[in-house]
Amino acid sequence: MSWITKTFSSSIGRKIIMALTGLFLCSFLVVHLLINLQMLRHDGGASFNFWAEFMGTNPVIRAMEVVLMLGLLIHIYQGLALAVKNKKARGTQGYVVNHSEQNSQWASRNMALLGTLLLIFLIVHLMNFWIRSRFDAMGGLAEVKVPNLDHPVGDLYSVAAASFKIPWYVALYALSQIALGYHLWHGFRSGFQTLGLNHRKYTPAVYATGYAFSVIISVLFAVIPLIMFFSSAYQPRPATGNTVERSLTEEPALR
Amino acid sequence: MAGSNPNAKPMNLTLKVWRQRNRNTEGRIVDYKVKDISPDMSFLEMLDVLNEDLLRQGEEPVAFDHDCREGICGSCNLFINGRAHGPEKGTTTCQLHMRKFNDGDTITIEPWRATAFPVNKDLSVDRSAFDRIIQAGGYISVNTGGTPDANEIPIPKDIADRAFEAATCIACGACVASCKNASAMLFVSAKVSQLALLPQGHVERKTRVENMVAQMDKEGFGACTNIGSCAAECPVGISLENIAIMNREFINAKATSNNLA
Repeated sequence: MSWITKTFSSSIGRKIIMALTGLFLCSFLVVHLLINLQMLRHDGGASFNFWAEFMGTNPVIRAMEVVLMLGLLIHIYQGLALAVKNKKARGTQGYVVNHSEQNSQWASRNMALLGTLLLIFLIVHLMNFWIRSRFDAMGGLAEVKVPNLDHPVGDLYSVAAASFKIPWYVALYALSQIALGYHLWHGFRSGFQTLGLNHRKYTPAVYATGYAFSVIISVLFAVIPLIMFFSSAYQPRPATGNTVERSLTEEPALR
Repeated sequence: MAGSNPNAKPMNLTLKVWRQRNRNTEGRIVDYKVKDISPDMSFLEMLDVLNEDLLRQGEEPVAFDHDCREGICGSCNLFINGRAHGPEKGTTTCQLHMRKFNDGDTITIEPWRATAFPVNKDLSVDRSAFDRIIQAGGYISVNTGGTPDANEIPIPKDIADRAFEAATCIACGACVASCKNASAMLFVSAKVSQLALLPQGHVERKTRVENMVAQMDKEGFGACTNIGSCAAECPVGISLENIAIMNREFINAKATSNNLA
């Protein structure tokens, strides 16, 4: 084995991979959330569709999308592989009595469980939105006209608005954000620790930022589908044979 | 006896003790009753009382590790009521006193659990994996010679203090025992950061962390997920900062050492 493979197959090297991919995924969550929040504007989804189109066509973003997918897959694979390795290290005979709740946080001890829950959510979520918007699968997207762009764009907003009228989907989405919140609660600060970024001056701030980040991100992600479920202001555009023409006349201006 | 409390009432306890004949047999929890335990006894003295009872009855006494019985050797490793070294913070099992328990209590006593720490017998585990990690690099290769003059090698006070804090590790293995992943990172990092902080340790700085981490992985310890149980249960208070220091040392060594293999 060369020194490179040795580095990244060692327990610390694998931790570093988890930390780097995990913190990278945190940055993605921020972008995703900012765009999701556009759905709450009362503009019939024009802003959201505009940014969805941007994310789907901008070459830099498309390149980053590949990095993101790789990061996600590596994070999932490495996380599951480490969970198996660590379980083996603990041994077959566990403690008869173990009060680990007295020496550590629940979220910290259950990252693999939380990650698996997120993986299940992610599969449903990607099938519903990402695959539909990128691969014309499942009928693809209807096209609508948005202000500021001279060509019609995919109407991802209607997919979201329709999805967020389905009770089980809204419940799954909102509950998954609890898992996300706990995963971030431990993961954010843990990533810094793994990278050796621990200093008595800054670590308290890293912890506080991580806790705030996990709560803000998960709560905002969860309230968007809940608002769209309970409010009648967010409706999918009715399916007609002439969506492009209709939207040209009915689309309100971007605010 | 100095410091004893003449009014303290003797206690009767139920013990649930892990009994295992040897490495190759299955173990199980066996219940014992101990009577008239003085609250001034240490936990190990209470086990001595149990063993004297067992010997009188012609039974095999419970094997458990102990040596100095003053909290510095790191031998007395028991998992008591679901906690490494018992419920009290910052103490080894020998420094845990029976006054921390109540008359009539049931106390569960188990050995450290980790694949890298096989159970030899009952509560006694083989921690030689730690010795092999230290042998892989937890030393400095200089001739010690006579006693050096004071301040011959200037070391700032705060650095000396931090190195000393890391050096207080007694290698008891409570970090491994309480870690969900049976990771030895706190133990290894204490030695790595102690020697990385001091000029004497700088000669072998990079090979040390590379070799100690490689040996740690080879022994079958788990990977750290920054849960923090280790530092919370450490009887001498080794901090998680040491693990971050080791991570930095590791990254630096891997990126810049001359070791291509």
